[in-house]
Amino acid sequence: MGSRHSPLARVRDEDVLGVDPPYDYPDYVGTRLRHPKEPLVLLPHTLSERTAPVYGDMALGELDYDLTRQHAGEPLGERISVSGRVLGSDGRPLRGQLVEIWQANAAGRYRHSVDNHDAPLDPNFTGAGRCLTDANGEYRFVTMKPGAYPWGNHPNAWRPAHIHFSLFGQAIPDRLVTQMYFPGDPLFPFDPIFNSIRNDKARERLISTFELDLTEPEWSLGFRFDIVLGGRSATPLEEPHDD
Amino acid sequence: MTDPTLLPAPSQTSGPFLSIGLLRDHIGSSVVSDDDPRAIRIRGRLLDGNGEAVPDGMIEIWHANAAGRYAHPEDTRTDIPVEEGFLGFGRSGTVDDGWFEFVTVKPGRVPAPDGELQAPHVVVLVFARGLLKQLVTRLYFPDEPEANASDPVLSELDESERATLIAQAEDGGLRFDIHLQGDGETTFFAV
Repeated sequence: MGSRHSPLARVRDEDVLGVDPPYDYPDYVGTRLRHPKEPLVLLPHTLSERTAPVYGDMALGELDYDLTRQHAGEPLGERISVSGRVLGSDGRPLRGQLVEIWQANAAGRYRHSVDNHDAPLDPNFTGAGRCLTDANGEYRFVTMKPGAYPWGNHPNAWRPAHIHFSLFGQAIPDRLVTQMYFPGDPLFPFDPIFNSIRNDKARERLISTFELDLTEPEWSLGFRFDIVLGGRSATPLEEPHDD
Repeated sequence: MTDPTLLPAPSQTSGPFLSIGLLRDHIGSSVVSDDDPRAIRIRGRLLDGNGEAVPDGMIEIWHANAAGRYAHPEDTRTDIPVEEGFLGFGRSGTVDDGWFEFVTVKPGRVPAPDGELQAPHVVVLVFARGLLKQLVTRLYFPDEPEANASDPVLSELDESERATLIAQAEDGGLRFDIHLQGDGETTFFAV
């Protein structure tokens, strides 16, 4: 076997990661037993990789985008909107993209059986939302600003406030699960997850911007978070590092 | 990268609470109906470098339909129909001691870039706390020895690598364990 086809290159994660963090990042203790130790096999793109699930027709609930109106009462905290555009690597807006988010409540507590942080749950907040991008690639959520919370990674470890995002893009390499942060968070220098992204400019891409234009008078603060998908394919040509 | 504003967004871990957002009712583990006569069951465990269960992960699968066509516009082989409602995508959590399970159909063969046919396979994505970005692998089928032997990906792997990608027949279904690290480490791809 093996003679008829092109040999598949073995590559080191650190040589192909582009803007992404590495699998092996010891400062984030959870990676230690969960990163592969063998090199990766560089996969030539076939139809299996040049495609991805298409959810543009998904029937969503009318209030799936509004995390503040999913229960009988209003959740506590600071009401915000988060909106932005989802773009391909060529700058083209991606329409009909399913955007899924989840987050802690304003007190920094997730509605999850594993979260034992001593902060109150909010009976009026689940912390999950989803929507589809429109013809201009725009999405919008209304939610409560999540709180920072402690985690056991190292002594006095706290995660900066963040909202988890999940997007599909147009092909398997586009698939993105990431986190959106808030501007000026004092916890940034201490957070190994945020700092696992080595490229300074790429890291800053995950910090939303406050925009007065998106802020609704007497109602909610507006944050913008644009997301470029694509252009993340593994390639042995490394993105320049700023560090 | 000519336009710095088009720098792609980097990945971050899904963390331990991904089920809140991703494992709800909207995308399930049944890619086809459980009573579809063609339905097959794929189950396995997600395991860490100590061989311990990873209970806070999520597995996603992506594959062509039984005739070998993807439900995606990039697959332009319109002579092969895609049945109404077939998306070819499923999600399963691993909360039950690392176990995941899917009900789906065995995909048909899809072309390789050189025009040859690939062996039937499923693209598998792995997310979990401790993974700063998803892992990508493939599941191949044990009842396809000839197609597997000529597959442009499988046939270029070492025997030990190949063994990690071929599911095993078990209880009328398929068993596919994913080892993130160490003994029997699953072969993962850079895409």
